[in-house]
Amino acid sequence: MAISRIARAGALAAAATLALTACSTGTGGDGASGDCAPSDGPVELDFTSWLPGIDEAVAIWNEENPDIQVNVQTGPNGLGGTYQNFFNQLEAGNAPDLGQIEYDAMPNFRVQDGLENIAACEGILEAESQFVDWTWSQVTFGEEDAVYAIPQDTGPMAMFYRADLFEAAGIEVPTTWEEYQAAAEVIRGEGGYITNFSQSDINQFAGFVWQTGGQWFSNDGDSWQVNLEGEESLMVAEYWQGLLENDLVSANPPWTDEWNAAFNNSEVWTWVSAVWGANTILSGAPDTAGNWAVAPMPQWEEGASAAGNWGGSTTAVLKGSEHPYEAAQFALWLNTDADALTAMNRTAQIYPATIEGANLPVFAEGVEFYGGQEIYQVFAEAGTNVDPNFVWGPTMTQVYNDVADGFSGAISGSGTLMDALTAGQQSTIAALQAASIPVQE
Amino acid sequence: MTAVTDPAATERRRGRSPVQESISSRVLAMAVMGIATLYFLTPIWWLFVASTKSRGDFTTTAPLWFAEFNLFENIQALFDYRNGVFLQWLLNSALYAGLGAAIATLFAAMTGYAIAKYTFWGRNALFNLILGGVLVPATALALPLFLIFSQVGATNTYWAVFLPSLVSPFGVYLSRIYAAASVPDEIIEAARIDGAGEIRTFFTVSTRMMAPALVTIFLFQFVAIWNNFFLPLIMLRDEELFPVTLGLYVWNTQVSQIPDIRALVIIGSLISIIPLIITFLGLQRFWQSGLANGGLK
Repeated sequence: MAISRIARAGALAAAATLALTACSTGTGGDGASGDCAPSDGPVELDFTSWLPGIDEAVAIWNEENPDIQVNVQTGPNGLGGTYQNFFNQLEAGNAPDLGQIEYDAMPNFRVQDGLENIAACEGILEAESQFVDWTWSQVTFGEEDAVYAIPQDTGPMAMFYRADLFEAAGIEVPTTWEEYQAAAEVIRGEGGYITNFSQSDINQFAGFVWQTGGQWFSNDGDSWQVNLEGEESLMVAEYWQGLLENDLVSANPPWTDEWNAAFNNSEVWTWVSAVWGANTILSGAPDTAGNWAVAPMPQWEEGASAAGNWGGSTTAVLKGSEHPYEAAQFALWLNTDADALTAMNRTAQIYPATIEGANLPVFAEGVEFYGGQEIYQVFAEAGTNVDPNFVWGPTMTQVYNDVADGFSGAISGSGTLMDALTAGQQSTIAALQAASIPVQE
Repeated sequence: MTAVTDPAATERRRGRSPVQESISSRVLAMAVMGIATLYFLTPIWWLFVASTKSRGDFTTTAPLWFAEFNLFENIQALFDYRNGVFLQWLLNSALYAGLGAAIATLFAAMTGYAIAKYTFWGRNALFNLILGGVLVPATALALPLFLIFSQVGATNTYWAVFLPSLVSPFGVYLSRIYAAASVPDEIIEAARIDGAGEIRTFFTVSTRMMAPALVTIFLFQFVAIWNNFFLPLIMLRDEELFPVTLGLYVWNTQVSQIPDIRALVIIGSLISIIPLIITFLGLQRFWQSGLANGGLK
């Protein structure tokens, strides 16, 4: 995949002249008024998404809107190639009207001017109140009169834990990270591990930092600030470094067979993960059915209720769409309509970004695998406790790769998680500079 | 061969008999090949074993040995998923690779033959240029090809993957070398005297003599197109046009969303290599005997 790196670097360089617009312009002058009018006559829209079975939800729309027909196109997930395809297609002028873009990739597309501002389209600005707080700031970048995408789904985080093992060992379910560490020691004494520290899921780690109110990036309108080694990040890194050094957490490579097996054979007792993790455990650890439960994330301060987020996508209208009005209407419908959300949950197990979405009947049911617990209540609650101010940077792929390199080094004993963040800080600044994106050193 | 098992006999003859040395080096060669075979076949063995397991057994049982035999249920699930889109992908791959390799072989044979057998101005320059093409990896051409196809509005079509598959610089190289060595000028002369045109000579006489090279080119090109992943990844957006490699890759990236797909990716991977194995085994005999015939000349 070296070629895609090169291609991306080229695309970044090409976008250098546009980079200055990042999160700064658009204050009313971006043509937010009036130029989002319906097209005459029937319209066909292309929509690229990698959600399995998205065509079922789209079929409902096509049925109801004979004049606005949406063609579903697909591909691998964003980092697997679809983002690079979007950039190539934007360059070639044949990008689809609509595309699925994850929150952490949005700034990259904004910096490269790949997104259409749909704020002027009917009903878009008013839709803000329908969505969970933090998701809306992810699609506006804090700009005025600007909306660049409609939030689709979220990944509020909570703690999956083995209720049966905790009870048998007489351990209280931890509510703070301090208690979590204490529990880790007891569990290690029982021969297990409280959890697995993932060396490559840097967005999970970002979720931990997000929970503390920490920031990795910010943008003052003129330039980016990188803050991978901020106070909160270091606090989280030191915490996990301590667990690693004392052999209180395992360090299997995530998403592998041995990682699944560690859940399945009761070696690993908890996983602080996102709502979609419910299916990961269900599928990877079938022998433990009925023994799991879900509790809110452990807190840094007793009695607090902060949560992080891990994952989630938007539906964006890509630059150059000839029918932004219709595209925006479709994007809004897709991500707010109860039937559409239900269909997407059925085929792709998404967890909606709307406030109302958390009340879909499917989320009200108890889940057998989790001892019949109504686990989605916990995640709905968590979703409202996610800090709305967290900002992703424009080169997250690079950040993830570099920090993951450092993390796996730390796990094999060379350096620490803190060192990895420091190295990541420097390489990120260098990457931004290389892409001619203004950045403060 | 019994001597091998008798250490005393081996000892007696050591250093004197060249046969003895060849036996020990043969044992070494066999050992190296055995290790290499094991190295290459273990993943396929794993794939086969994993394909026979149910989703539950997959994570809970030993990876290199069978649990409950579930192969046919898995195949059923694979072909049922999303209205049998996997079958469509297989057919697409067969079309891209089968037809593409056949035409690419024809083109390469004609070009190589022409360069070998006709003298014309710029012949060597042309050959060197084509030879240079061997050095350019296909992935490096994918993005330029995408931009070119975008210009003519032909991305996301069957042609976007099919047309670039028709060229094989390596095939031209091979057929030039082979034509020069195995098609005697006298035979071409004889055909001309008998009144055959150049095209008829090529198809009825020369291609027969070049057959082993053509089979090689076809095999190489078939495998290259079948495994070509980057070009379809960049060009195609409609699921119905995907070759099987891209389809499986797309599914594999959805595993974190829908863990159940993993079983389909595994059984799909197994099914997707079967056509390659059949093609190889089917053409291999012809290939070997042809090469041997060439050697007798």
